[in-house]
Amino acid sequence: MNKEIQAPISAEVAKELNAGDMVYISGTIYTARDAAHKRMDEALSEGKELPIDVKGNLIYYMGPSPAREGRPIGSAGPTTASRMDKYAPKLLDLGLGGMIGKGKRSKEVSDAIVRNGSVYFAAIGGAGALLSKAIVESEVIAYDDLGTEAIRKLKVEKFPAIVVIDSKGNNLYETADKLYNKEKE
Amino acid sequence: MREINVSEVTEAVKKMCIDANYALSDDMKKALESARSEEVSELGKQIFAQLEENLAIAASDQIPICQDTGMAVFFFKIGQDVHFTGGDLNQAINEGVKQGYTEGYLRKSVVGDPLIRVNTKDNTPAVVHYEIVPGDKVTITCAPKGFGSENMSRVFMLKPADGEEGVKEAVLRAVKDAGPNACPPMVVGVGIGGTFEKCAEMAKEALTRPVGSHSDKEHIRAMEEELLDRINKTGIGPAGLGGRMTALAVNINSYATHIAGLPVAVNICCHVNRHVTVTL
Repeated sequence: MNKEIQAPISAEVAKELNAGDMVYISGTIYTARDAAHKRMDEALSEGKELPIDVKGNLIYYMGPSPAREGRPIGSAGPTTASRMDKYAPKLLDLGLGGMIGKGKRSKEVSDAIVRNGSVYFAAIGGAGALLSKAIVESEVIAYDDLGTEAIRKLKVEKFPAIVVIDSKGNNLYETADKLYNKEKE
Repeated sequence: MREINVSEVTEAVKKMCIDANYALSDDMKKALESARSEEVSELGKQIFAQLEENLAIAASDQIPICQDTGMAVFFFKIGQDVHFTGGDLNQAINEGVKQGYTEGYLRKSVVGDPLIRVNTKDNTPAVVHYEIVPGDKVTITCAPKGFGSENMSRVFMLKPADGEEGVKEAVLRAVKDAGPNACPPMVVGVGIGGTFEKCAEMAKEALTRPVGSHSDKEHIRAMEEELLDRINKTGIGPAGLGGRMTALAVNINSYATHIAGLPVAVNICCHVNRHVTVTL
């Protein structure tokens, strides 16, 4: 099913999403990938505040290429989400609304999604030029020294993504390939 | 003896880094077009349409095809009658990478130390493989490698008794484990034989062979065809969301090996399989 949703995302909206839904996300989302997650995790361990309020927000696992003059951002597709699996459950337990990335997640992440009524979306990997067109504003708001890995606040309009793990724990990656598997034929 | 000034190498490297990241080679474009027509999943067809649109936007708006513009990998085939002048060849290559990634608005994705992990901010150093060949020409292939798929690559030290079936099982295992993480439809580069490092290098170089080309060894060609067919029965599909077109090609390079061994490397590349070759 095709759905248009707003970010930040409410628990009610998250609950209505099902694995396999195609969604178009508009609103404000934040980027963070490996190095930013490591820093956020260290900040939490030291009892410090996070640079963003994660409640209801979506984190996009993405590090863009540099923007040309007059453009908000360069190429901007998703990176592999599993590298953030170590950090994601803690952020989900703090109220993170959802994550956008690509690829499989661990059982710990899937359990944390169900526990918190959150959601994991996949954007199309390797379609960075196309996806950049849905990003209308970009601003580095933390960890500037990390370059492409800094935390960015993005304004997105109809950013296309697919629900992979929904709040019930359904996982599209675990069911979709079985529909087309012909190995036993 | 033919003299080549290393400044020519810097210029060539700079241009190749940029060209590779903004447009795919014709063989890759054709392979994606034909895969789109063969896909059976509706969602898969939509994904192929998006990938095609992505390539069109990359060209028209000068946005890199993928934000992961890779670690710059080069294969240099240097004629033994060539003498490089004007400076250090390795420095000249890295200078080209630095200029290409900076002037080409490409992402700087390299950290100077694998454990300390501070970004070098110019995408250097490159990974360079040198080979000495007869003649007085220099052939350079630039293959920027993204790490979504690189991370899913494997080396298997099989036993001779594992044989052909063992090799096929290893390739299928790597592809299935990679699944959606490697941004399918993939190109699968395989190296069989040699030593631990030789098979890995062969697998990487196999990725730069045109999609649709085949090994000139009959038994290897048969394995390429069989493996492509079997990979496209796994159901992983475009973006790992189910479908027929999981891989566009399986390219296998092979080499002599030791009586005790059967090394196999599987280097997986996403659908943004970038490679550009020039001859100086």
